[in-house]
Amino acid sequence: MVESILPLELAGACVRRRGKALVGPVDLTISGRELTMVIGPNGSGKTSLLRMLHGLERTRDGTLSWAVSKELARRRQAFVFQTPILMRRTVVENIAYPLIVRGVGRKHAREKAVQWAARVDLDAYLDRPASALSGGERQKMTMVRALITDPEVLFLDEPCASLDGTSTREIEELLIQTRRQGTTIVMSTHDLGQARRLADRIVLLLRGKVHEACSAEGFFRQPATAEGESFLQGGIVE
Amino acid sequence: MNDFLQGLIEAFRLLVTLDQDLVEITLRSLQVSLTAVLIATAIGAPLGSWLAVTRFRGRRQAIACINALMGLPPVVVGLFVYLLFSRSGPFGVLGLLFTPTAMIIAQVFIATPLVVSISHQGLRELWAQYHDLLISLNTSKRQRMTTLIWDGRRALLTAALAGFGRAIGEVGAIMIVGGNIDQATRVLTTAIALETSKGNFSLALGLGIILILLAIAVNLAIHNLLRTERASLW
Amino acid sequence: MKLNIPAFVAALAVLLSAAHAETVRLAVTTSFHNSGLSDTLLPAIQQELGIEVQLLVVGTGQALRLGRNGDVDALLVHSRDAEEQFVAEGFGVRRCELMYNDFVLIGPKDDPAGVAAAASAAAALSAIATFEKRFVSRGDDSGTHTRELHIWSLADLDPDEFGSWYSEVGAGMGASLNTASALNAYILSDRASWLAFGNKGALALLYSGDAELHNQYAFLQVSQARHSHVKAELASRVERWLSGPRGGELINGFRLQGESLFRHNASCNG
Ligand SMILES: Nc1ncnc2c1ncn2[C@@H]1O[C@H](COP(=O)(O)OP(=O)(O)O)[C@@H](O)[C@H]1O
Ligand SMILES: [Mg+2]
Repeated sequence: MVESILPLELAGACVRRRGKALVGPVDLTISGRELTMVIGPNGSGKTSLLRMLHGLERTRDGTLSWAVSKELARRRQAFVFQTPILMRRTVVENIAYPLIVRGVGRKHAREKAVQWAARVDLDAYLDRPASALSGGERQKMTMVRALITDPEVLFLDEPCASLDGTSTREIEELLIQTRRQGTTIVMSTHDLGQARRLADRIVLLLRGKVHEACSAEGFFRQPATAEGESFLQGGIVE
Repeated sequence: MNDFLQGLIEAFRLLVTLDQDLVEITLRSLQVSLTAVLIATAIGAPLGSWLAVTRFRGRRQAIACINALMGLPPVVVGLFVYLLFSRSGPFGVLGLLFTPTAMIIAQVFIATPLVVSISHQGLRELWAQYHDLLISLNTSKRQRMTTLIWDGRRALLTAALAGFGRAIGEVGAIMIVGGNIDQATRVLTTAIALETSKGNFSLALGLGIILILLAIAVNLAIHNLLRTERASLW
Repeated sequence: MKLNIPAFVAALAVLLSAAHAETVRLAVTTSFHNSGLSDTLLPAIQQELGIEVQLLVVGTGQALRLGRNGDVDALLVHSRDAEEQFVAEGFGVRRCELMYNDFVLIGPKDDPAGVAAAASAAAALSAIATFEKRFVSRGDDSGTHTRELHIWSLADLDPDEFGSWYSEVGAGMGASLNTASALNAYILSDRASWLAFGNKGALALLYSGDAELHNQYAFLQVSQARHSHVKAELASRVERWLSGPRGGELINGFRLQGESLFRHNASCNG
């Protein structure tokens, strides 16, 4: 068994743009084999927080540390963006790309990509350009592209934000399978229903600050703060 | 008006009779400019890609320089290459002056800034789309560059064709380094310049029409080649 | 597709440069080339000497530069002072006079300055200056330009002081004739270029015949002492052939539009 890259620990970490703190300071620990759901209204900093965790945004002020070096940790993470990033390639080439980058031979990479495509019912579209896929198919493609390297930690930024019910269900099923196989998932959503269905832990983000971080069960039973309660009731929280 | 008509007639006559001199200079034009553009693209694509993925001090100045080089008058390039390859110049011993090779070298200088600049513009856009993904996947700089070059090959083709357009229509540089020697270094543009200087406007115009037809043919041929490679547009 | 570019370029260079072994590069002025005489002489040289002469048609100034830099094996030009200096500086083996033709004064058919009746070339140019009729000058330090300046000086006139009627175009003979034709202006040309010119428009040959309009061409072989790579042996064979009886026959016999153009008067000194 490979050494785990977890836990991921944040202490006083901020994301800043032109000096202004968009997120933070945040203290947070992600420790393993569970699905952490970051919830909060639009603009509360969910995307920025996830990007910081993955290393796409520089951590300012505080610290962000993995159990192993940042370089090693990076190799065992993957990120699914809110708007799918399509490469100007075929579906199967898109899915195989992370393997190619890691030096896997073309033939083997393609075989694995074909298997993964089949898991999300994309096998009929293998050799079509990715741009020919529908919104839901695009997001499924980027999901398996993220999973093909078998990451220990998977980040997803509102993966179902603009999808219909069917696509959302397919993606949620894939997420449940993935978690069952032991992958640690950190994702964001503004859909409380999705949070209820999937989350083990809840991180409530308001104005860039972690307002609550607790078990999902506890949060949905009784939020610890008035804002949490208000957010849960569907009231307008800024 | 008469001159235009005569030019058209002349072009038609040259084409129909497949004038042997015409075939020779046309093939030489193609050989010189296509080779030059091939080399310019081999330089320009990696450089454009590198400029797209790399941030360094003076990057904007470097790009400004390359854009300025696009406006370099071919005559200046010709003079520069002449001085390099003159028997009295640093590379004189190679004996390349007044050969098609010297013309290719001059056109590489002329086409490369254009190819770099247009490649960079196209690949920079692609890089903006790919940036987060390629960073997330922990790609090396080399991998980023090759991915952009491969996925941006249409932009690179546009760049190469622009370079070809500039090269095939260029006369100032190859006149100086090629010398417009009959049967050795004469190409369409230098022949046009020569006939113009002789006052043979209709022949010059006829050759000009053939030059344009040639450029169009090359563009269409390459675009068709790509269309058969993959039917759909990205 | 993977291309080994450096190897490809190197192979190309070898292929292209080694194509002809027995070639001589000769820089000639546009005025000589425009006559079409080279189309008669070059095939004969190829046939009788087995030497391919590659012509570089350039201005006199550029021809001399090419010779100085050793980029050609010989020159055929018509600018005596510059030629003598070229030899004196050791770039040329010797100056071999070959043939002559003459300069002619071209202008609008209706001849508004009345140069056709002038007593001399200098008088003709004086008339143009007096009436301030449009005049196009090569302005490129070519043999023709040098001669034009010489005749202005004979007429005691200085082109620097002329008004806008005097246009220096800084171009070759053909391009200058095109300009003159478009402006319906006077211009000094060599006879050969004028006869061969295809865009005469409303221009006509108005004045010729003055001894000052004598246009001597000379052959200058580039010195091997200066540039060891020049093909001296081949160049002297071409020189001997041109100044000899075969060259004379072809040069004197050359006709353009029914007119005999060049007189062979070979004499080599040095
Ligand atoms: N590039 C940027 N420059 C300045 N402000 C930004 C930038 N990106 C996001 N923001 C701001 O940061 C805050 C958090 O944004 P984001 O992380 O996208 O929130 P969420 O994903 O929860 O909607 C918002 O107020 C947003 O306007
Ligand atoms: Mg967001």
